[in-house]
Amino acid sequence: MVLSAVPQPASQPGSRMSRQQQQRTPLKHSDNVVEVKSKFEAEYRRFALKRNGPGGFREFYRLLQTIHRIPGVDVLLGYADIHGDLLPINNDDNFHKAVSSANPLLRIIITKKEDEPIVFATNSLQRRKKGLGLTALRTTGSGSTHSRNKAGLMIGLPQNFRQISSIIDVDILPETHRRVRLHKHGTHKPLGFYIRDGVSVRVTPQGVEKVPGVFISRLVRGGLAESTGLLGVNDEILEVNGIDVAGKTLDQVTDMMVANSHNLIVTVKPANQRNNVVHRGSKTSMGNSGSVGSAGSTSSAPSHDSPSPASQSNPITASNSIAEGDSDDEDDDGDLILENDCLAPFDSQRVTNSNNTNLNRDSPSNRPHNFTVVRPLPQSLSLPNSIGTNLSDSSMMISNQNGNPTHTSSSSQESMREDGNIITL
Amino acid sequence: MNLFFIVFLVSSVNLSSVCLSHIFALSVILSQTVEHGFPHQPSALAFDPKLQLMAIGTKSGAIKVYGAPGVEFTGLHKDTTAVTQIHFLPGQGRLLSLLDDNTIYLWELVAGAPREVGGVKKDGVVCLQEVSSYSLPGRPGIESCSATRVTVLLLLRSCDLLCIGTEGGGVYFLELPRLTLKDSQTLLQDQITQSLPDDYRCGKSLGPVESLQEHPQQPGKILIGYSRGLVVLWDLSTRQVEQLFLGKQQLESLVWERSGNLFVSSHNDGGYSVWTVTNGNTCNQQPVSSTIPYGPFPCKAINKILWRTTQTGSPVLLYSGGMPRASYGDRHCLTIQQDKEHVTLDFTSRVIDFFTVHSIEQEKEFDEPSALVVLLEEELVVIDLQNPGWPSLPTPYLAPLHSSAITCSFHISSVPPKLWERLVNAGKAQQGRQHAHGSWPICGGKNLAPPPKQQELLLTGHEDGTVRFWDASGVALTPLYKLGTANVFHTDCDPCDDPQDPSNDPDMQQEEEWPPFRKVGCFDPYSDDPRLGIQKISLCKYSNKLVVAGTAGQVIVLGLSDERSDHMVDVSVVDLLQDREGFTWKGHDRLEPRLKPAPFPPGFQPLVLVQCLPPASVTAVALHAEWNLISFGTSHGFGLFDYHRRNAVLARCTLHPNDSLAMEGPLSRVKSLKKSLRQSFRRIRKSRVSGKKRTITTPTSKEANAALAEQEDVAPVQRRIEPRSADDSLSGVVRCLCFADTFLRDGTHHGPTLWAGTNSGSVYAYALEVPGVGSGRACERGGAGESSVCVEAVLGKEIQLMHRAPVVSICVLDGRGKPLPDPYEASQDLAIAPDMTNAHSVLIASEEQLKVFSLPKVSAKTKFKLTAHEGCRVRKVALVAFSSTAQEDYSEHTLVCLTNLGDMHLFNIPALRPQVRYDCIRKEDISGIASCVFTKNGQGFYLISPSEYERFSLSAKVITEPLCSVQLDRPLEPTPASDGTTTQPQANGTHKNQMGQAEGRSQHTHTHTHTHTHTLLPLTCYFSPCLFFLFITL
Repeated sequence: MVLSAVPQPASQPGSRMSRQQQQRTPLKHSDNVVEVKSKFEAEYRRFALKRNGPGGFREFYRLLQTIHRIPGVDVLLGYADIHGDLLPINNDDNFHKAVSSANPLLRIIITKKEDEPIVFATNSLQRRKKGLGLTALRTTGSGSTHSRNKAGLMIGLPQNFRQISSIIDVDILPETHRRVRLHKHGTHKPLGFYIRDGVSVRVTPQGVEKVPGVFISRLVRGGLAESTGLLGVNDEILEVNGIDVAGKTLDQVTDMMVANSHNLIVTVKPANQRNNVVHRGSKTSMGNSGSVGSAGSTSSAPSHDSPSPASQSNPITASNSIAEGDSDDEDDDGDLILENDCLAPFDSQRVTNSNNTNLNRDSPSNRPHNFTVVRPLPQSLSLPNSIGTNLSDSSMMISNQNGNPTHTSSSSQESMREDGNIITL
Repeated sequence: MNLFFIVFLVSSVNLSSVCLSHIFALSVILSQTVEHGFPHQPSALAFDPKLQLMAIGTKSGAIKVYGAPGVEFTGLHKDTTAVTQIHFLPGQGRLLSLLDDNTIYLWELVAGAPREVGGVKKDGVVCLQEVSSYSLPGRPGIESCSATRVTVLLLLRSCDLLCIGTEGGGVYFLELPRLTLKDSQTLLQDQITQSLPDDYRCGKSLGPVESLQEHPQQPGKILIGYSRGLVVLWDLSTRQVEQLFLGKQQLESLVWERSGNLFVSSHNDGGYSVWTVTNGNTCNQQPVSSTIPYGPFPCKAINKILWRTTQTGSPVLLYSGGMPRASYGDRHCLTIQQDKEHVTLDFTSRVIDFFTVHSIEQEKEFDEPSALVVLLEEELVVIDLQNPGWPSLPTPYLAPLHSSAITCSFHISSVPPKLWERLVNAGKAQQGRQHAHGSWPICGGKNLAPPPKQQELLLTGHEDGTVRFWDASGVALTPLYKLGTANVFHTDCDPCDDPQDPSNDPDMQQEEEWPPFRKVGCFDPYSDDPRLGIQKISLCKYSNKLVVAGTAGQVIVLGLSDERSDHMVDVSVVDLLQDREGFTWKGHDRLEPRLKPAPFPPGFQPLVLVQCLPPASVTAVALHAEWNLISFGTSHGFGLFDYHRRNAVLARCTLHPNDSLAMEGPLSRVKSLKKSLRQSFRRIRKSRVSGKKRTITTPTSKEANAALAEQEDVAPVQRRIEPRSADDSLSGVVRCLCFADTFLRDGTHHGPTLWAGTNSGSVYAYALEVPGVGSGRACERGGAGESSVCVEAVLGKEIQLMHRAPVVSICVLDGRGKPLPDPYEASQDLAIAPDMTNAHSVLIASEEQLKVFSLPKVSAKTKFKLTAHEGCRVRKVALVAFSSTAQEDYSEHTLVCLTNLGDMHLFNIPALRPQVRYDCIRKEDISGIASCVFTKNGQGFYLISPSEYERFSLSAKVITEPLCSVQLDRPLEPTPASDGTTTQPQANGTHKNQMGQAEGRSQHTHTHTHTHTHTLLPLTCYFSPCLFFLFITL
């Protein structure tokens, strides 16, 4: 890949010369070259970049490090998009997006990682635009009028994003259907929906036929289902994790959903057919079609090959098959198995009474009242409730984040280690 | 017996399983073989004195025919209408049934295809089959059919004519066996009224025909009794009234004396009258005698009366009802009277009908009744009339399983002969006090079934704290022994006086009580104390140790003893809460143990009582007699107890801190009340909304939309979709416990372990130190002295299943993937020793998933997510050994899962590959599913009604079903299309009726040649389904 960093002589920030250059260049480079203006602390650098040139985020990152002469410094990249929002660049996807949306100038803001992280937010730049003099960013159609008085939405750092839902298999499903994946991991939100029996009308060669069906009857406010915006009341449920629900009773479907609740994939026929993903042709709508409310978390069909920004932390394979297999193995390891260290291998010293008391206090169990008793019975100790709850909380995190073992909360791990126990996940 | 359509789930089978399954093939079927127990809601009774067969009809339209023990036939009407009457055509193997919808059906025992049972070919497979039916047409011009509603049937001895008495007072005649109406013979009431004296007639109708009885000596003469009291002797040949008996009291029933010289009528006012029949006297005004036995105060009607003559003296008079209305009007009584002897049998349920077994040969002068058979609503009682005192006879079948409600059941196969013998003796000692040893009077037919290869025991726990031991080896479920646990406790009623044998109680006899009541029967639905109820049973058949656990947290360890003993029972209290704070138990109190020594009869005698605290119902129990350990669990936790050293080893609380419901106990309704209030408000709100909606949409929109709207209106059932959380209520309930000798510490040393699974998907595994058990341990501490060493338990592993579904079962598999043998089996060479060289694994079945984990490092090996695939939840799990039909000694273990939808899923282990699925129990039949118990060889039982167990078999090898012959005196008709397509009858409709296909049956039929009159004809009421065989090959 060629990141043709047209070497811009180290110009002083805000020098007149570079501004003149900037005014001159557009005619020449408008088609295939992007003007880049990058800022690191108080320094600006300007250079050109081939618009359609191959290359990705890594190369660009290295290039910036070279240009700013900060090799080895961990930085975060951000760019100002056409709406004046400061958005992150941290993967190929959003790098390409940034390059393609540069019109005419791509503004890059570099911050040190150790610094207070920048808060990526909508309108974050606009509010500061006067001070920064970013007039160029103010493009037509940015809709700044309506948002002027509103506080911008706060957007967290990308690595803090957790995928909560996705639309999958758009390319193999009929346009009228939608396959939604809900990720329950780590959220404290309830799934938050109810289903009911109903009558579904099917069009067959014989005419209209009424068959029993299962529908979403209610969304709980603040629940996961509602917050994704991908499911709605009266949506008909067609499949649960790849299994057709036709002919199944409401209770069966309920049981299937509950059984899959940690990684629920429902195929619905939305009651509102206006927001359907048009999956051929308009690439422009990608990622936005159905992902209201779950910022940057949808990986819609056209972007199969490249993971969506948010999926960095928890990569999913948006494969056609939602067969059990994929997700299964993840789930399996979800069973939390606590082994007792004190349970000496067979020939070791016998566990004595005092040892036992130790065991009780240092129990690997999340349960507060785990005691092993050698008589007399009431001798056993039990943990105060508060500690117990803490422990069980932390363990819940462990069990919930099975898909992402690295996230195992360090605190719980520490506490476990203190207890001299091994956790196998 | 029903056939079931077998649905195959043949998954991709790899080569390794093919070679096994090829032998395994053909050995798995599902057939429902026999119903044990007492028919639910019986409504009719009949007896064939020639064939010695008894028939019982039920309200659900079933007819069950019983003969000698093991002889059973079942027929099922197409409609589930109550059978109101049954009449045998004596000796013909035919019977008539009258249904509540006024139709008469003729049934026949017909020959079917021969079949092979246990290698022996039994030909002449016969079932009870409906042949024809007839329903009486209404009288022309009269819309209501009540006039021709049948009240009584009389079958003439010649068996060619059926007389039908109707509500309108007419008597109709049907020719048999074709069931054609003889129009010319019809006798309407007008014909009778003409011959009546004017003062009797007084312009009123005679009322419905109440009774029809044929003259015992002169064929062709029948006695017709009308409701108003008139009795007419009618000559069929001359169509003349021979005699009139002008009764004044409303008539209930009639019976002839054997000689035909007199008859007896019973009446509505509780009295009976004796009338003489003398030739030439055409009009009798007064009976010879008229008695109201329980007068003088108003009495209830005598519904049925029998008059049986004896050689020795005065006749025996038997009648039901007639009790003084005010004082005993609510009793269900039957009186037996002979001379001065007078007994009022006092039953606990309604008398449906009764008959006597007596001599039927015409030449004999006397009836000589030998037995009285009374069908009650809940049981069958047989009284021996030959022995003085009229003792009751134990019934070899039709046992009232539900004498107290069944709360749990446990099955033991291949019971060692020694235990069997001791149980039988203990049972005999119990019965000896109650029953004389008369012979069973109903002994028709011949049981052709081969004697059972092994003895099987079915134990049922009851609400009143008893455990009943049943012989489940054959078709007839016979009571063996009854164990009461109430006498361990101090209860309000003294457990010493057994309420069931007041006959022996001298006080009761001497008291000048009138009527002279005698309590008969064992149906006793009222429990003295619900806390006595038995929840879990476990029996070790080698060491004869029994563990019984009940509703109030009591766990009793019992041992078998042949001697009567008076001793104190040791009491040990185990606190499962372990001083956990913030919880108070608001449920019932514990049962108070008895303070003074109690007498214990021979049989199982209590050794130790372990009382769990809080006294919540015991939800799981495990026994390991070899290690002298029991384990028990409640909704609060579980405990381990060494009953040899009498000390508690372990108590572990499984409660989640947020679970308040478990703590408060069943009496706390706070939560549910709140819930129900909320629901009812929601309902009100919904109904308002929907009401509005209806008025708007229905008139305006199209039909389809209207239907849709309607659908929405019917209270849409909603289901919340939410993963289980740790603090769901009752998450700490211990669901299963299991002992195993396996590898928990490391891969090289095995030792005793205890496994416990809870409602929230937690599994706890404890390593146990049992003195003297484990490789080489005994020698090491040889010096310590046995008695000073106690059992210890150390927590080894804790597994929290991700999906948090209740753990239904835990089972450890050996190195070959076979379940570990029972205690003692391995050490005493009673079973193939488990493979201890290869790695063991543990099978954990939750309601949602089946999973096999490797041991000692618990990591998932194989799994099957049943709920995610099928939407059904696991209710019962069993590891069953299926023996191959092809190879005698080969058997394979299979995991059988009964789900909440009532279907059975079979999986191979440890691969957990689905093998086959059957529909078995209706999914609405929740109690049926909950009561299901499996045997180790592929059979099972479930309750189809409170009083009946359905027995089913998943194994083609092991089937227990009736196979019997009856000697008929008619030529046996060829079977009209008796192939597998006819539905096999089933008395209760609890199972799904899906018919299997029956190819290959026809080729058998030719082997059966029609037999001639008076040949012994083996008739079998069931035939085995022809089946889809399970064939798992590529």
